[in-house]
Amino acid sequence: MAGKEYRTITDVKGPLVFLDKTEPVAFGEIVELRLTDGSMKNGQVLDTSDDLVVVQVFEGTAGVDRTTGVKFLGDVFKLPVSKDLVGRILDGAGRPRDGGPEIVAESNADIIGAAINPYARQRPHDFIQTGISAIDCCTTLVRGQKLPIFSASGLPHNDIALQIARQAKLTASDEQFIVVFCAMGITAEEYNFFRSDLERTGALENAVLFVNLADDPAVERLITPRLALTAAEYLAFEQDYHVLVIYTDVTNYCDALRQIGAAREEVPGRRGYPGYMYTDLAMLYERAGLVKGKKGSITQFPILTMPGDDITHPIPDLSGYITEGQIVISRELHGSGIYPPINVLPSLSRLMGGTIGEKTTREDHKCVSDQMYAAYAQGRELRGLVAIVGEDALNERDKQLLSFSGLFEDKFLRQGRYEDRSIDETLDLCWNLMQTIETKYLVRLDQQWIDKYHPTDKKE
Amino acid sequence: MSENGQIYRISGPVVTAIGLDAKMYDVVRVGDEGLMGEVIELHGEKAVIQVYEDTSGVRPGEPVINTGLTLAVQLGPGLLTQIYDGIQRPLPVMQEKMGTFITRGVDADGLNQEKKWKFEPTAKKGEKVEGGQTIGTVQETETIVHKIMIPPNTTGTVKSIKGGDFTVSETVCTLDDGTEIAMMQRWPVRAPRPYRQKYAPDTPLVTGMRILDFLFPLAKGGAAGIPGPFGSGKTVTQQSLAKYSDAQIVVYIGCGERGNEMTEVLDEFPELIDPNTGKPLMNRTVMIANTSNMPVAAREASVYTGITIAEYFRDMGYDVALMADSTSRWAEAMREISSRLEEMPGEEGYPAYLSSRLAEFYERAGRVETLEGEDGSVTVIGAVSPPGGDISEPVSQGTLRIVKVFWGLDAPLARQRHFPAINWLNSYSLYPQSLDQWFKDNIAADYPEVRTEISSLLQVEAELQEIVQLVGSDALPVDQQLTLEVARMIREFFLQQNAFHEIDAFTGVEQQYHMAKAILTFQSEAKTAIEAGGVLEDVVNVPARSNLMRARFEDDYLSRMEGLVDEMTKQITAAAEGN
Repeated sequence: MAGKEYRTITDVKGPLVFLDKTEPVAFGEIVELRLTDGSMKNGQVLDTSDDLVVVQVFEGTAGVDRTTGVKFLGDVFKLPVSKDLVGRILDGAGRPRDGGPEIVAESNADIIGAAINPYARQRPHDFIQTGISAIDCCTTLVRGQKLPIFSASGLPHNDIALQIARQAKLTASDEQFIVVFCAMGITAEEYNFFRSDLERTGALENAVLFVNLADDPAVERLITPRLALTAAEYLAFEQDYHVLVIYTDVTNYCDALRQIGAAREEVPGRRGYPGYMYTDLAMLYERAGLVKGKKGSITQFPILTMPGDDITHPIPDLSGYITEGQIVISRELHGSGIYPPINVLPSLSRLMGGTIGEKTTREDHKCVSDQMYAAYAQGRELRGLVAIVGEDALNERDKQLLSFSGLFEDKFLRQGRYEDRSIDETLDLCWNLMQTIETKYLVRLDQQWIDKYHPTDKKE
Repeated sequence: MSENGQIYRISGPVVTAIGLDAKMYDVVRVGDEGLMGEVIELHGEKAVIQVYEDTSGVRPGEPVINTGLTLAVQLGPGLLTQIYDGIQRPLPVMQEKMGTFITRGVDADGLNQEKKWKFEPTAKKGEKVEGGQTIGTVQETETIVHKIMIPPNTTGTVKSIKGGDFTVSETVCTLDDGTEIAMMQRWPVRAPRPYRQKYAPDTPLVTGMRILDFLFPLAKGGAAGIPGPFGSGKTVTQQSLAKYSDAQIVVYIGCGERGNEMTEVLDEFPELIDPNTGKPLMNRTVMIANTSNMPVAAREASVYTGITIAEYFRDMGYDVALMADSTSRWAEAMREISSRLEEMPGEEGYPAYLSSRLAEFYERAGRVETLEGEDGSVTVIGAVSPPGGDISEPVSQGTLRIVKVFWGLDAPLARQRHFPAINWLNSYSLYPQSLDQWFKDNIAADYPEVRTEISSLLQVEAELQEIVQLVGSDALPVDQQLTLEVARMIREFFLQQNAFHEIDAFTGVEQQYHMAKAILTFQSEAKTAIEAGGVLEDVVNVPARSNLMRARFEDDYLSRMEGLVDEMTKQITAAAEGN
């Protein structure tokens, strides 16, 4: 399948190489470049015509000149997949990074990935217990969901992601998750943090890591998540695993996308990001879910850092339109020393409503979560008022709500990095905290659950 | 130039062919795999094609074949209950043919070609017929009779017509000039179907959502825009409309949205019962699902596919409601293709023709006299997803210039868990004037006044809230505190509605009116009681009031309301006297 080697490069611009006059080259075809010093680079065709071919070079174009040989390999980018992937660490282009042997392919999977037929999907409905109260109670994670962490620089999103990876389990069964971890442009330090934690807890044996670090080529980042998701699809839909995909940091991915767009002189959209970024991100995020007739599942946990803590920035904004909710990390809570600093107010899980309840979590979950949310929201709002008029000006109800909002943060949100609370513990904790508010103010609680669960007002 | 050309260039979903004899918008087959595409630009020898499938692996030099047809949908029995992708390929058939994932180069008919339908002729031999005229019927689903019409632009005299079981392509009627008429007809999606004339809308589309029907009503044949940031409940609102609005046919377009959300709709709709007919909701529904990761060009086509199907049912004399979720994704598809064509961009990279495309689309809504002289309508409700929730962006603005109803979703309301999170201060409807007659005739003579009173109370509340933010509510005079209390009742009792609650999800127009009246009764009674010396706290906290409010979650609320309101009046009076 390997064809001729061409030496017809006319232009080199940023990560792109332009070639004249080739045999017909396929769109998306994989390219090998041989530099004059004998070193090799890889690329992919972005635009092809009889007269001109544009190749994006994953490793960057340093050292490329007009005499560089370009070979088209006759195929689109594929990842060799097999069960042996589990336990391996690969680089951002899918080559072994752990010194181990090449992956012996059971088959080769196209990394672009086809869209799942919506009719073939199965509705996600299994509760994943993360052991983190704020998530389990207020933004419940569901198997097959894509739920990103919206964070910002300097916040402990990595700790939260790792804690979820450690603790995530289905309450309905003992099935364990396989973690597919995908690093895009993170620092070596961050990567080591992830790796050593996974190693220490033994999760590494059941994980696949795809690693593109900050000093690896930026363009390579565009394929790293696709490799990871291709591996995840294989493990989930061919090998029946439940896969948890963690990828970080989506912001670096989008910046790489912008870099390519700029080099191609495309018309930029908002903040210079390409107009097709929504579609491009959707092609990653939508590779989550469950399908009819297959046992496995893909749950995605992308991490993105919001530039300038701005949730309306194109990256979190477009992500929020595709993902099924978001978990928002708050600098303010982090500043007051609370871990995990999850701000439940803008956080959301779209699949929660259809999942929680008697069969999966507990019958009172819905109204407890509504009431906790409402009381906390009101309490937070009162803090602003107190700053102006003082606490004495508040009526009894408002005083109780105000003090509840403090308890909410201190007792409910705050928990240890290794503290794994069951959903029952979480909900009981909620009732304990809510009893500090007189029951007549707890209007969102159903009487029947007050009778059954309220620590002091229940009917024995 | 010939029907067969060659690929010259490939750039993502945009392919350039040379040597192809093509007209604008011809459908072509691209490459060895025969991927479906549409001609969107001609440059001398070259034809630019947008391809509805992924183009990886396609090479220059591969053939391009012109089918000579424009992008068209198949119209006939079998549309209802079906779920299609953006170019009318049935998703269940595609799953059968290619499994879980959508692969390339697979063709599927929009209508089942094997299934036989029972055709009952209504036209007779020797009758003169013309385009749009009904010649027979098929009972398509339990609730919907599908009229078989002569295709537009066809006239003649019936030479023969026969009843019985036929597939959609078999001839059921022959005209004297030899024209054979089958139950299925094709119609190009980008061309509006003809009608005799457009009427001014005068009947409301009852949605069962109180804030919409009562404060910001939409007319049958009207157009509405729902902009809102993510998480504000656009999709839930659209789905509620699809479930409960009193249209006879619903076309639901999931355009560039989430796969799991579509699955939820697919899972839920067959189980739901249409409150207007008591039969499964699916019986009146056509769904189009082109999720965000399905090819972008097919997303661009999906809204046209949907509206053409809607117009076809309108031509039978039905009231059709079309929901497009979300038109922003459609606009983004246009932007993406436009940028691949290297067109000069307008605002925010969108093509300069964005607003005219939006206008053309919304103009296909309307209440019309059909070719046959019947009354039919298409109501269009488009969700808009403005980046960052800022509606100054081009898609929102382009939409607002055309639609007459604006239901503005609001992130702060959603965060307060006030659903539907429609902001009553900035939303509007330009229909009340044309609909008031209907409300007066069908509900109550003072309907418009009640509406005005409720909305002005909300307006006053907004002004008072600004003061309360500064000094606290205790500092206000008693009558203003009462106004706040009444406005809170409007918000909690009337505007908030639980879309997932069996009973609360749908409120009939008459009950809406009585609920609004009950609030005004509360206001006037409480005012009298306070003037008579009652204490505000006692007066507003009478137990009968919360009973009245809570009982809306129960059956036969409408019939019980009068008693509940009387009880409340009594208790308020007593509260004043007890002082």
